[in-house]
Amino acid sequence: MLTKKQLFTRGMLDISPHMLSVIPFGIICGAIGVELGFHPYLVYAMSFIIFGGASQIVFLQLLSGGASSLVAVASVGIINSRHLLYGAVLSEYLEKLSFIKKLFISYVVVDQGFAESNKFFKKNRSEEFLHYHLIGTGCTMWVCWQIATLSGIVLGSFVPEELGLKFAIPLTFIAIVVQDLKKLDHVIVMITCGLSSLLFFDAPFKSYIIISPVIALFVAALLLRLKK
Amino acid sequence: MTLTAIIFAGILTYLTRMTMIALISRDMLGDKIKAVLEYVPSAVFPAIIFPGIFINDFGTFIDMNDPKIFGALVAVIVGYFSKNIIATISAGLVSYWFLIFVVFN
Repeated sequence: MLTKKQLFTRGMLDISPHMLSVIPFGIICGAIGVELGFHPYLVYAMSFIIFGGASQIVFLQLLSGGASSLVAVASVGIINSRHLLYGAVLSEYLEKLSFIKKLFISYVVVDQGFAESNKFFKKNRSEEFLHYHLIGTGCTMWVCWQIATLSGIVLGSFVPEELGLKFAIPLTFIAIVVQDLKKLDHVIVMITCGLSSLLFFDAPFKSYIIISPVIALFVAALLLRLKK
Repeated sequence: MTLTAIIFAGILTYLTRMTMIALISRDMLGDKIKAVLEYVPSAVFPAIIFPGIFINDFGTFIDMNDPKIFGALVAVIVGYFSKNIIATISAGLVSYWFLIFVVFN
């Protein structure tokens, strides 16, 4: 049985490789916000209040492009609605926690943290303080994201744009799913999601990001039925 | 004005994070749904990966000889065999840079 501290540290270690892509991306996000003409305090406030990676850039780009606040807010909500799926997966492991603890933990759930903690949870179901792993991944991401976006805001885009570091984001998610390419059913689900995301890319409010997972999950349900 | 919008966007984002964790109990999800939820990572992350590779900053499709496709393939191969996140990201970036700075220059 691992202690709370060991689990927290394990979470930190499991997510830290992803900082290779998160930190440059955070710097770019901060710099873009200021370049678009928004007040530095507002750009930073988003990292604290929304804490939502790419959705923060989309929000500012929409506003600066003349979209209404309503459209910008709705887009952020839709982009981040994928967290409903993460939450549904995690709820099984967090069930025993008090309501207050669940409210706190919810704030730090992020894509990479969900992915790494979910992998850990599947292998270590019997651990009593599993949620400390999730707090470890989430807090690591939170601290790095605040520092990275703040650096981008203060120093501007000191990361040369020619490097194309935004490309590190798809790479970080490739690293997360690549081992599942061994399983044919997962490959089919991934391709369904990927192709749907390209097909529906122009759907309003960036809704491709939730439409394609829903389609892919339907395909997954069909596959499960065929397997039996 | 913008701050109000940010706060609403923040509340909405928090609700998406909190709803399923705090308000749903295990009994509300049947075994079938749980089996489907096993596929969530495979069903969600390609929606971030594919557009990140195949669609450029202007929202249009890239050419089929775009360096990003090569970089992504290298990342998949390195990631598959190394099982290492840092190796995967670095391999993808370095091969991408090699193409844009050395080959296409």
